[in-house]
Amino acid sequence: MSSDTTPDGERDGDGHADSRARADGKFGRYGGQYVPEALMPAIEELTDAYERYVLENEGGFMDEFRSRLADFGGRPTPLQRADRLSERYDREVYLKREDLLHGGAHKLNNALGQVLLAKYMGKERIVAETGAGQHGTATAMAAAHLDLPCEIYMGERDTRRQRPNVFRMRINGAEVNPVTTGRGTLKEAISETMRDWATNVEDTHYVIGSVVGPHPFPAMVRDFQSVISEEAREQVQEKAGRLPDSVVACAGGGSNTMGAFAEFVGDEGTDLVAVEAGGSSLDVDEEAGVAPNSASLSTGSEGVLHGARTKLLQDRDGQIMESHSVSSGLDYAGVGPELAHLVDEGRVRAVNVDDDAALEGFHRLSQEEGIIPALETAHAFAHLHEHPEELGEVVVVNVSGRGDKDLETVLEETEQREVSNAPDLSVLSGGLGGAHGAGDADADARGGDE
Amino acid sequence: MSRIPEAFEGGPAFVPYLAVGDPDYESSKQYVEALARGGADVIELGLPFSEPIAEGPTIQGAVVRSLSGGMTPERFFEFVAELDVDVPLVCMTYYNLIYRYGGSEARRASEASGEAASEEADRPRAFVERAKEVGIDGFVVPDLPAEEADPLREACDEFDLDLVFIVAPTTQGERLERIMSQVSGYVYVQARLGVTGARDDVSGQTDESLGRLSQWDVPKAVGFGIKTGEQAERIVRGGADGIIVGSALVDIVAEGAADGEDAEVVADRLEAKARELKTGAMRGAGVETEEEDDGQEVPNPERT
Repeated sequence: MSSDTTPDGERDGDGHADSRARADGKFGRYGGQYVPEALMPAIEELTDAYERYVLENEGGFMDEFRSRLADFGGRPTPLQRADRLSERYDREVYLKREDLLHGGAHKLNNALGQVLLAKYMGKERIVAETGAGQHGTATAMAAAHLDLPCEIYMGERDTRRQRPNVFRMRINGAEVNPVTTGRGTLKEAISETMRDWATNVEDTHYVIGSVVGPHPFPAMVRDFQSVISEEAREQVQEKAGRLPDSVVACAGGGSNTMGAFAEFVGDEGTDLVAVEAGGSSLDVDEEAGVAPNSASLSTGSEGVLHGARTKLLQDRDGQIMESHSVSSGLDYAGVGPELAHLVDEGRVRAVNVDDDAALEGFHRLSQEEGIIPALETAHAFAHLHEHPEELGEVVVVNVSGRGDKDLETVLEETEQREVSNAPDLSVLSGGLGGAHGAGDADADARGGDE
Repeated sequence: MSRIPEAFEGGPAFVPYLAVGDPDYESSKQYVEALARGGADVIELGLPFSEPIAEGPTIQGAVVRSLSGGMTPERFFEFVAELDVDVPLVCMTYYNLIYRYGGSEARRASEASGEAASEEADRPRAFVERAKEVGIDGFVVPDLPAEEADPLREACDEFDLDLVFIVAPTTQGERLERIMSQVSGYVYVQARLGVTGARDDVSGQTDESLGRLSQWDVPKAVGFGIKTGEQAERIVRGGADGIIVGSALVDIVAEGAADGEDAEVVADRLEAKARELKTGAMRGAGVETEEEDDGQEVPNPERT
């Protein structure tokens, strides 16, 4: 496709809002509103606010949102040509640099949108769950910026895996509540935040962190995140002179994925590739209720969890499995209903890479492009590495976040297994003693960037 | 018509809840039977789901104990079939277990081959059919609001089972009318916002909710937070037709499990607690009960 065939590249400013969810919040057979009755009035209120403020720009809501995203968040983020990866894979590889958004990940797009919406709705308190801590830190920043009190629920295990983000949330003034039920990861954090919301629903807004949950969350979060593809679609046409052959993004719950895909869904010549966490294996242990991966699109089955019908990792009875990924942010047993629908329709291709490949991808991008990616993001680069030939001549990869938060995990995991391209980290053995202490010790492991 | 409505005819109904299989299959059976002896009019039997988003810490604990003891939907149905109690039984569970039940092998095969999965209505039907077979009278599904309930309600209608809806303090106006037009069996009046769990006080939200519901004829059972006979009395006096008690009973099970006590001892304690709650509810309706030495109540069926 050449640039002169892209009149619809000039979409109007709110082309984000074609609301592919039907009025009842269904994407094909997925989606819906499976929540306790106590929450339904709040969900009706939120649906009304979403339609008025987000879809209709009532009170100039979307204008204020975009303006704050620019001034507070630093948008637009660049689309950068990756010179060495382009050379290595013999095709044009472009990086959508969401790692450069304030806070270091795409998460602020959604968090800022929802906290602002809560303000328009007259809510007085914010709660949110977080997995890797990126959504928690983004929500804490947005809440501080817009002056609303904020409480974050985070799996106890994740608070240990992601200490730097716990610090950041606290420093921005948020309460952080460790969740000890289950395995103490994202799934439990979402359940616990829903319980808080059900208790305090009258004055509290739940800023859900991904395109999951009951309608209108999946559609609304997609709309806030679709600024990624809105920008990328214009930028790639400027830089490459045409639309990309493929857009690649990692997928856990799927918010960066839907954000990176949304504006390309209508471009039939552009393949959309969602890269899931294959973890240590795609096999499941039904007896133990453990799926050592987080690949719900690739291996999951249809079910109902956290307010929506979608694809889930579950046992034969419908009990939800414990998922696994080396990256906390992908470690979830479900996925957004719209993504499940787009995969069923054949519009999005779901692939997965394992933990080892993700770690190699992490080191490769760090060494060859000077960008330390989040471990979540590293999955997308691992897929690029494994199957560049499937991605066409012009490829956009969404750099959903930066990897500072993961340095401790990378150090541990690199020590525990053979990662072929890892630098010698022995100078750091015994831990980083603080996530930002690595700076001068070893140029290859440089971590602190603030 | 199920047996549930008549359970509310003889005075205020006491509706206890326990998670089936907590802390193990055999003890759990003794506990349910003890509740029946203690005066239960309807019993809610919890089929544990791994993500119980409407439950507080007490019932979350029960879910963990039951699931780690190997509870499954099929074991649950066997349990119900073996129970020796004479009151209506309501299955309380989350929608995914109903949705996934039965024919899962065939369904997975069709999903894997990319065919459209079976018709929506077939999904809850298998679960409801099996529940009917073992003697279940109705369902409460905390994560299934009226908007999503059509397939389950159709299956319930087909097998003459009741589908109990929850009405929250936030349920008002047109929404309340819509739900009340779909209720069967009884309406579960959620006494307060939040999650399940025993409390020391009775929420003022209860009276307001009961006031809003007074125009409907269906029995109103109040749950969430009740733990003593005095609270039961007060709630019945406020207009409730029944009380639902879960966490206060599960607490007794949890303590027994933690202390490694004999199931008989724990069962006796549950029976005594049940009697306290039932008696409190009767007092609320202006009915004094006499406790005989053998613990049998003699309720006066005439209510004020």
